[in-house]
Parts: sequence; C-alpha cells; structure tokens
Amino acid sequence: MRFMPVVLWSDALVYLLMAAGISAALYVRRHEHLLLPWRRVGKNSVAMVCLLVLSCFLLVGLLDSLHYRAELGQGSYSPEVLSVFDRIAEPLRLHVEKTYSAPLAITLYAKESILDPDGRVVRDYPRLKYGGAGLSDIADRDADVARRVGTGALLGLLLGSLVLWMSKAERRAVAIALLLISALFGVTLQLSAAYHVLGTDKVGQDVLYLSLKSIRTGLIIGTVTTLVTLPLALFLGVAAGYFRGWVDDVIQYIYTVLSSIPSVLLIAAAVLMMQVTMDTHPDWFTTSASRADLRLVFLCLILGMTSWTGLCRLLRGETLKLREMEYIQAAQSFGVSSMRILSRHIVPNVMHIILISLVMDFSALVLAEAVLSYVGVGVDPSMISFGTMINAARLEMAREPVVWWSLASAFGFMLTLVLAANLFADSVRDAFDPRLNRS
Amino acid sequence: MIAYLVRRMLYAIPILVGVNLLTFSLFFVVNTPDDMARMQLGIKRVTVDAIRQWEHQKGYDKPLFYNRAEDGIGRITNTIFWQKSASMFWLDFGYSDDGRDISREIRTRMWPSLAIALPTFLVGLIFYISFALVMTLFRATKLDQAGVALCVVLMSVSSLFYIIGGQFVISKLWHLVPISGYAGGLNSFRFVVLPVVIGVISGIGSSSRWYRTIFLEEMGKDYVRTARAKGLSEIAVLFIHVLKNAMIPILTGVVVVIPLLFMGSLLTESFFGIPGLGSYTIDAINAQDFAIVRAMVFLGSLLYIAGLMLTDISYTVVDPRVRLS
Repeated sequence: MRFMPVVLWSDALVYLLMAAGISAALYVRRHEHLLLPWRRVGKNSVAMVCLLVLSCFLLVGLLDSLHYRAELGQGSYSPEVLSVFDRIAEPLRLHVEKTYSAPLAITLYAKESILDPDGRVVRDYPRLKYGGAGLSDIADRDADVARRVGTGALLGLLLGSLVLWMSKAERRAVAIALLLISALFGVTLQLSAAYHVLGTDKVGQDVLYLSLKSIRTGLIIGTVTTLVTLPLALFLGVAAGYFRGWVDDVIQYIYTVLSSIPSVLLIAAAVLMMQVTMDTHPDWFTTSASRADLRLVFLCLILGMTSWTGLCRLLRGETLKLREMEYIQAAQSFGVSSMRILSRHIVPNVMHIILISLVMDFSALVLAEAVLSYVGVGVDPSMISFGTMINAARLEMAREPVVWWSLASAFGFMLTLVLAANLFADSVRDAFDPRLNRS
Repeated sequence: MIAYLVRRMLYAIPILVGVNLLTFSLFFVVNTPDDMARMQLGIKRVTVDAIRQWEHQKGYDKPLFYNRAEDGIGRITNTIFWQKSASMFWLDFGYSDDGRDISREIRTRMWPSLAIALPTFLVGLIFYISFALVMTLFRATKLDQAGVALCVVLMSVSSLFYIIGGQFVISKLWHLVPISGYAGGLNSFRFVVLPVVIGVISGIGSSSRWYRTIFLEEMGKDYVRTARAKGLSEIAVLFIHVLKNAMIPILTGVVVVIPLLFMGSLLTESFFGIPGLGSYTIDAINAQDFAIVRAMVFLGSLLYIAGLMLTDISYTVVDPRVRLS
C-alpha cells in the first residue's frame, strides 16, 4: 500500500519532545552525579511498575502520532488522515455497529422491529453486524468467550515471559506487572477479534478504540504544554531571581497579574477568542483533522501560558537563594559573565525543581483536559478524548436502561494513567528533593 | 495596620489595571469587533450593514482607545476601552447579549453560589484537617500508609466522575435527594446536600495529603520535642501545639479562596442546575457571550486580590509575631 506521510503540528511537537527526552537521557547516562537520583527511582518497585504502565500508554500515543494518508490510486490520496495505530487497530475502527451494544454483547442494547425468517415483524434485540458474528446462538457465547480468554491469557503470558527473559528484569513486582499487562493484552487481543470488548457507543463505534485513541490527546495535553511552560518559567524565573531590581519587578508584575485571574476563566476567555480567530480564518487548514489538531496545539499553548506562573515563582525563590552562595560570588569576582553564571551554575542547580514540577503537573493537565472539554473550552468536539467521552456519557447515564460502559472505560483508562503518573511523580520527587536526601 | 492595608490596596490597583488591559486586548485586539460580529451573526451570508448594526447595538462602533471625532474628555471616554473595560473598575459591567444588567445578575446569583460553596468549604476544611491529623497521629504505621494510598487514588479521579457517580448513586439509585435544581430559603437544604457532599469528597485526596505534609513538617521541629519532654501525651502535642503552629501554612492556602466562594464552582453548578455565578459563566461560555466572560474574569481577579489581603490580616490574628507595617 502506498501512502503519503502527514505531519500534523502536534505530531511535530511530539517528535521534538521525544528527541529532547532521548538526548536528555543520553546526557544523564554519561554523568554519574545526574544518574544518582534516577538510580534511587529505579530502586522503587512502585515507580518501576508505574513506569511500565506509563510506557504502555506512551507506546499507544506514539503509534497514534505517526499519521499518513492512504493512496486511492493514480496519485490521488484519501482525505482521511489515519495513524499507524489506526492501521493496527483497523478491525476495531471499521467494525461499526448501528448503535449502543453492551460489552461482549452479540445483540444491540435496545429492541427494534425486525423481520424474522418467516417474514413477520417482531420486536427483538437485533444481532450485531460484527460482535460475535460467527456464533449461531447466544448460548455459545460464554464458552467462546472463555476459550478466547484462556488462549489470550496463555499467549500473553508466553509473550510476557519472553520479554521478561530478554530484559532480565529481576524485580518481582515489575515481573508480575509485566506478566499481568501482557496477559491482559493477549486477552483483549483475542476477544476484540470477535467482540466489542467494552461495548459500542451511540453511533456504534467501539469504545475500546475510542478509549485507546483518547490516550494520545491526554498525553499531548500533559506533555506538549510543558514546551510552553518550561522556557517561560525558566528564563523569567531565573532572570528575576538573579538580576533583581527592575527586571524582577517587571517579571513579578507579569506573573502576579496572570495568576490573579482564576485559571479556568482565563483559559475559557482565551479559548473563546481562539475559536473566533479559527472560525474567521477557515483557509488555515486543509483537512478537518488538521483543524482539530491545530485547536489542540492552541489549547496546549493557552494552558502553558496560564500555568507557568507557579513554576516561575519557585525558580525565582531558588535563584534568590543560590545567588548568595559562595561559588556564585566566587564566579562573579572572577569576572565570569552573567550569562555564563546563569547557564553553568544556576540553571543546573534548579533542574530538580523543574523536573519535579513537570512530572507533578502532568497528571493535573490530563485531568484538566476532561474538565475543560466538559465546560466547552477544551479540545475540538470531533477529537476523541477522555473529556468528549465523558461528556457524551453524561447523557447516557440519564438513559433508561443505563449505558454505563463508556463512562466506565473512560474512568478506568483515565484512573490508570493519572494514578500511574501520580505515583511515579511522587517517587521522582522523593528521589530528587535534596531536603529528603538520605544518602 | 490601616496604613499597611491602604498600601496593599494601592498595590492592587496596578495589578487590576494589568488584568483589565489583558482581558481588553484578549477580547478586542486579538479579534476585532468585526470578527465577533461575524461569529455571532454566522460566518457566511452576513452583510456589512448587519455587522454595523450589531456593533452599534452593542456600542462596539467606537475607536479602541482614542476618539478623534470627540472634543475634550470625550476623546478618552467615548471609546470601547473606557466604556467596556475601564468601567469595570467602578463595578459597571454593562449588559449581556440578552440585554440584562450583568451587575444585577451577579448580585442575585451570588447567593445560591455561596449556599453551595460556603458549606462545602467549611465542612471540607474540618473534615480534611481531622483526617490529616489522624494520619499524622498514626504516622509510619499501616493506617497512615493506607490513608496516603487512598488519598493518591482519590486525587487521581477526575472531579467529573465524582459528580456523575454521586448523582447516579445517591439520586438515581437511592432516590435520597433530587438530582438537580434549587429552591430558595429552607427548602434549599434538599438541593444543597448532594453538591456539598460530592464537593467535600472530591477534595479529600489532594487537601488531606497537603495538610498531612504540613503537620509532618511541624512534627519535626524542636518545640514538639520540648512538649514531649515535659510529658504531654501525643494527642495533646498534636491537637494543641502542632495544630496551632500549622495554622500559618494552612491559612496561606485557605483564606485566599474565601472571597472566591462567591463565584461558585463551574462544574458543580452546571451539573446540579444551581442558578449561581458558576452556571452563569458556563452558560455565557456556551452562548459565547463575551461581555459576561469579561466581567467574570475581572470579578474573579478582584476577589482573588481581596483574598490575598485577607490572608495577610489573618496572619496577625493567629500569629502575634506577625505585625503588618
């Protein structure tokens, strides 16, 4: 199959972040003193299990960030922008039912008038087009599900043991988590070949597919925002603390003004204005995907512009303390230039604050996305995200009988992601905070 | 004290001017009134006349900062900035898109907001501090670990789930209280209970953990050792000495939000149908009523700055060492 690679704005930023992350990791590897706190993180079983879970999410997010447009023939390309993940999960994406169906169901969730074999109209639950399509009778379903769970778990465990053997992970908790995840992966793979594991939503889309697609949105909001926060907070915070005087006054004034506006309101105002700008310039985007994507990037930009103040304040305080240190005064008396003092002596010594605050902010941003999308100032309504899923699920909970699976899977995926991020952030903080250092 | 407060108020003015300029440039410079008119009237098939008429109706057909056509003071006052933005300093918020007086709406809507936000705040404060004290009392035991683990799990759940889940279980399954709505007077109790309970639960995770950190930090100080040395029980140390000394860091985070209680919470109010300022804001966002959003942003920062001043005053109340001068 021929295809044309498409790099959306958010993809480019993700690649940039990946490159930055990898080069930072390589740099840290070569410096023992930088590696030391990470070794402490590595000794923490909880942190390593969380890292494993997070890397599974990250893998899905990265696969979902490689976009392309398939060739239709004779050099013309499909207007639909797909990702590598879409390609892998093609059955999930294309097996669209008519409307709601429960997890692992073989019929729709509501009765409809259907023609029975004799040509009479009866009210019954219609069979699904794809869910359990090979089964002749509902009674066979449980046996089939059990068989698939068994083979899936077995295959998953085999795969997990193989990975375990290759990676030589000696921690028991990590090994157990790895086996569990791979077993879960195997079971899901086996079941989703024939069923909708987490049911379908109102327009018949597979909820598992929607949940997996939401991961990328959440990860992008949580990480790309730091691309805006970090430079602003670092430059302004360090400059305010080091130069003091009018520089400090101006920077303090800016962040006091920004932080005195309740953040939801500021974000809402900025997003409303962004909507107006985007609506009056429809010529900026060629596809609907690029429109939704640009909105996501703008949202990250806005979140970043409104959330750098806290980190900036911390960095200013720390720099004020550092600049009175003997080694800085020594550098000053040797006539080292301010820029060099900042880059050689101040910035490396505030890095732990930056790292801690970045990992702590990540989960808050993932949670914020859902709230903002609910308020109507989040991602584009056509973009699959936890926020849009919850938003839709809200009406489903008021339905009779209740459609619970969309909400439950959004809940499950979000809780796993945020909990893992929170626990990992805690252990990073414990390892890097000099006040808590034991050795 | 008075001199200090006056100085703080004077210091607040440049910040409010900054907020005002920021919202003004956000709402009028990033997008011209022309763009907004197009947005409101529909992007396509809109005539120039319709746009002019919309701008005239809203009073947006003036220059931004400086009106050359006028004489004297009118050059400054007969502009969009003066009439739409600077006027917020004397709490004149203008009219919303449906022609209502925003200041009036704020005055009537802040009471329902307060009816939800104040009990949530008070009950929450007492509950979180007690929970944190219990965890501190049993620190480094299994109970403390379980408490911290519970906090981390609770703070990893989006507040949306607390609201949707709470409404579903308590109102829909158990039929204890109405799902949403509001009534004035004593009747409001039935409607207030659920939002308050859910509001308190959704804050347990982050708040209790934060208070626990504060208490643990205090536990490491010298006066605690002295208190133990003179034979006080652990409970007396914790509840009398540590609690009192932890007041300063607690107040720093707590007092500042008190004025903001008037604004209510966007999520809670829109889910429970409370006719407060939070749902007012959310409706305005959905209807793209920029005048209301602008007014709310300014009001929010005004209340936040008031909260900062209250925090300073509260320090002098709890800590005799702090003198404002």
